[in-house]
Amino acid sequence: MADENWKPKIIAIICNWCSYAGADLAGGARIQYPPDIRAVRVMCTGRVDPLFILKAFQDGADGVLVSGCHFGDCHYLEGNYKAAKRMFLLKSVLKNIGLDDKRLRMTFVSASEGAKWGHVMEDVVRTITELGPSPLKELAR
Amino acid sequence: MAEVKKYEEPRIGVFVCHCGTNIAGSINIKAVQEYAKTLPNVIIADDYQYMCSTPGQNKIAEAIKEQKLTGIVVAACSPRLHEPTFRNATKEGGLNPFRFEMANIREQNSWVHMHQPEEATAKAKDAVRIAVAKASLLEDLIPKSVPVEKTAMVVGAGVGGMQAALDLASAGIKTYLVEKEPTIGGKMSQLDKTFPTLDCSQCILTPKMVDVYRHEGIELLTYTEVEAVEGYIGNFDVTLRKKARGVLTPDEATARGIIGGGCTGCGDCTDVCPVIKPNPFELGMAPRKAIYIYHPQVSPLIYTVDFDACVKCGLCVEACGEERKAIDLDAKDELMNVKVGTVVLALGYDIFPIEKKFEWGYKHYDNVITSLEFERLICASGPTGGHLIRPSDGETPKRIAFVLCAGSRDNTGVGKPYCSRFCCMYSLKHAHQIIEKIPGAIPYIFYMDIRSFGKMYEEFYYRIQDEGAKFIRGRVANILEDPVTKNLHVNAEDTLLGRPIDMEVDLVVLAAAVQPSADTEKTRRLFGVSCSQDGWLLEAHPKLNPCGTTTAGVYLAGVCQGPKDIPDTVAQAEGAASAASIPIHRGEVELEPYFAVCMEDKCAGCGLCVNLCPYQALSLIEKDGRTVMHVTEAKCKGCGTCGGFCPGGAIWMQHFATPQIVAQIDAFLLGGEQ
Ligand SMILES: Cc1cc2nc3c(=O)[nH]c(=O)nc-3n(C[C@H](O)[C@H](O)[C@H](O)COP(=O)(O)OP(=O)(O)OC[C@H]3O[C@@H](n4cnc5c(N)ncnc54)[C@H](O)[C@@H]3O)c2cc1C
Ligand code: SF4
Ligand code: SF4
Ligand code: FES
Repeated sequence: MADENWKPKIIAIICNWCSYAGADLAGGARIQYPPDIRAVRVMCTGRVDPLFILKAFQDGADGVLVSGCHFGDCHYLEGNYKAAKRMFLLKSVLKNIGLDDKRLRMTFVSASEGAKWGHVMEDVVRTITELGPSPLKELAR
Repeated sequence: MAEVKKYEEPRIGVFVCHCGTNIAGSINIKAVQEYAKTLPNVIIADDYQYMCSTPGQNKIAEAIKEQKLTGIVVAACSPRLHEPTFRNATKEGGLNPFRFEMANIREQNSWVHMHQPEEATAKAKDAVRIAVAKASLLEDLIPKSVPVEKTAMVVGAGVGGMQAALDLASAGIKTYLVEKEPTIGGKMSQLDKTFPTLDCSQCILTPKMVDVYRHEGIELLTYTEVEAVEGYIGNFDVTLRKKARGVLTPDEATARGIIGGGCTGCGDCTDVCPVIKPNPFELGMAPRKAIYIYHPQVSPLIYTVDFDACVKCGLCVEACGEERKAIDLDAKDELMNVKVGTVVLALGYDIFPIEKKFEWGYKHYDNVITSLEFERLICASGPTGGHLIRPSDGETPKRIAFVLCAGSRDNTGVGKPYCSRFCCMYSLKHAHQIIEKIPGAIPYIFYMDIRSFGKMYEEFYYRIQDEGAKFIRGRVANILEDPVTKNLHVNAEDTLLGRPIDMEVDLVVLAAAVQPSADTEKTRRLFGVSCSQDGWLLEAHPKLNPCGTTTAGVYLAGVCQGPKDIPDTVAQAEGAASAASIPIHRGEVELEPYFAVCMEDKCAGCGLCVNLCPYQALSLIEKDGRTVMHVTEAKCKGCGTCGGFCPGGAIWMQHFATPQIVAQIDAFLLGGEQ
């Protein structure tokens, strides 16, 4: 296991309409959560190319979170269904290359779920911290 | 992976905002600013107390001119709040507004890591680095202007929807007013009097209903539902289902060649109809026939056949006669299409099924009723002609308990956590009504707090106290029925006296919570509008944009956005109508230019993207002897679902292009300090 001071590097790719708005709401409500996640905003999770996720792991990310609207709530009708399908596929790819598929996570947080966003942050950081540094990290060096 | 399009050498300016102490309270601004200077392409890094203020914005414009910048990064609040502001500032400086990128270091940083200044500062540096990486690759984009249909639609014709439609139409905009019930009016038409002025509800509503019906600019579509919605602000294409009414209006009759025919509202049909059903307008407390109107003041005054109940005996057709020929028992639902520029949703509310709070015995004990039932029973045009009676024996009740917050402010998981906002006030009104109508009657009001927040509301509260209503502060634990007398024992704790009470009363009125109306969920999804956790429709901003939604061109009015009384409903309706009229009067709207673009040299013509697009924006075409994908820009909404999938990376998603996003990922994980 890594040393005690190790902090995971986690990237979150989140949709503008639900999860990004939910994260903003968490801010407005001053909900406190661990500061280890960096967000990249896209209009919809449908935009998430599997390549982005593989690139993130190749670059040494310890975890990747994709978060969008609840099913049926996607601002573009069904982008999140398509994204979810891709995430399943990617999880099996990750397993094949020897990564724990818990390192990739998809969640659904709506624009009114600030508190839920806080929980997701806690949970993702905890999961990735338990898993330790990504074995691909060495490769990235 | 897609190739980066051609750029000049990027020159980026970074501006870090203190936001007073909102950001500077937990993030070391100087450290972030100094750090920004070490990043590739950064020419200048500055900071300011309030970047969104005029001097803050001027800093951006000046720096663009002085330093010949090609991209701007502002590290401040959320782009969902101030991206438009800073895009304007970027434009002021002479750059294309889309060469701006925001680093969110407030909502998603300083406010959520208030006690971890070091980590927050490190996160802010990362956010700036990520934003600079994207800003270095941004390109000029030109928003597309599209013309706006000069028509509007209001869905739901309660007092909110009616007001919105009247305002829109009076502003010269042709407005379709869609109502699922056979008549307009909504809940307000079921009320007897209205607080705090005690005007008769029908007296103030009926003239408005007539105005709506008569207004040249309003096309009233009752007994009609929204079936499908396509398009976007300025160009919504709405499919409506006109439910089979079985009765022709005079206009419809004329169109069918029955000159001078159609329903005159005489009611001859109802008299002969043999089928009896409960009238939902009277909450089932009065009968109606299979061919019916809800009440005498309906608008439009056209009968409706309930085809689920109708036995097709044809007696009504006979009664109606050969001249009017208004009844068509073979009527079918019809679909119609309308194009509108903007939409106001005014879907109202339903009463929470208070029988779920079984401890109060609604539907179990005869003499426990809801407040809406009380409104009908006390109303002169109601089922009892305005005589309040006990359902069990028809006697006039003397001791009446009002249970406030019934299912509201309830955190047990059964009821609703929110305050339904009008129950306190209407219960005071009810107390007044029984004191006035029934000599010797005493209202006992069981309350948690009396919320009399509006204009002249507190004064009304005092008045009811003076009139002799009894107030008991405490939530009712349970209600038990005396099986012989059918009287009720209300058990509560009087929290002011600190002792339990068991009070015997003749009638209990539950001020039941309200919840979003049944079709709200379905309808909001058709229009792409979000809802808050409790199902009420979500406004674009709780303070600064309470009538708008995150779907451009769709606005909210009335209780569907959250419980509110009639004055607030009407005020919001006027706000929503005004907001909805702006794009129509401007005549055109700018769409964000986040379209998909096919890079034809890379496109293999596989067509996988074509089926992915939820808006049918993509097709395959033949070009220079090859099959390539083609984007119909007017249909593309820029979700990027196609761009996230194309196996050859042949789709360029403007402003969210693959190289731009990959640069952000790389910037975070691989660093990039010089
Ligand atoms: C017992 C009681 C007493 C009250 N007393 C008072 C009072 O004294 N003073 C006061 O100010 N307020 C009072 N109120 C509150 C008042 O009823 C509301 O403020 C007001 O009715 C809100 O109007 P609205 O247009 O938002 O909603 P509604 O009146 O609910 O109208 C919504 C309309 O939209 C239609 N609709 C819904 N969904 C669809 C759809 N998908 N497609 C098409 N149409 C649809 C519905 O059929 C309905 O006609 C009282 C409420 C109750 C329950
Ligand atoms: S045909 Fe239907 S609506 Fe007409 S009278 Fe008979 S039952 Fe009533
Ligand atoms: S981005 Fe692609 S999938 Fe989304 S609307 Fe445009 S063409 Fe369709
Ligand atoms: S817009 Fe949020 S997932 Fe599609």
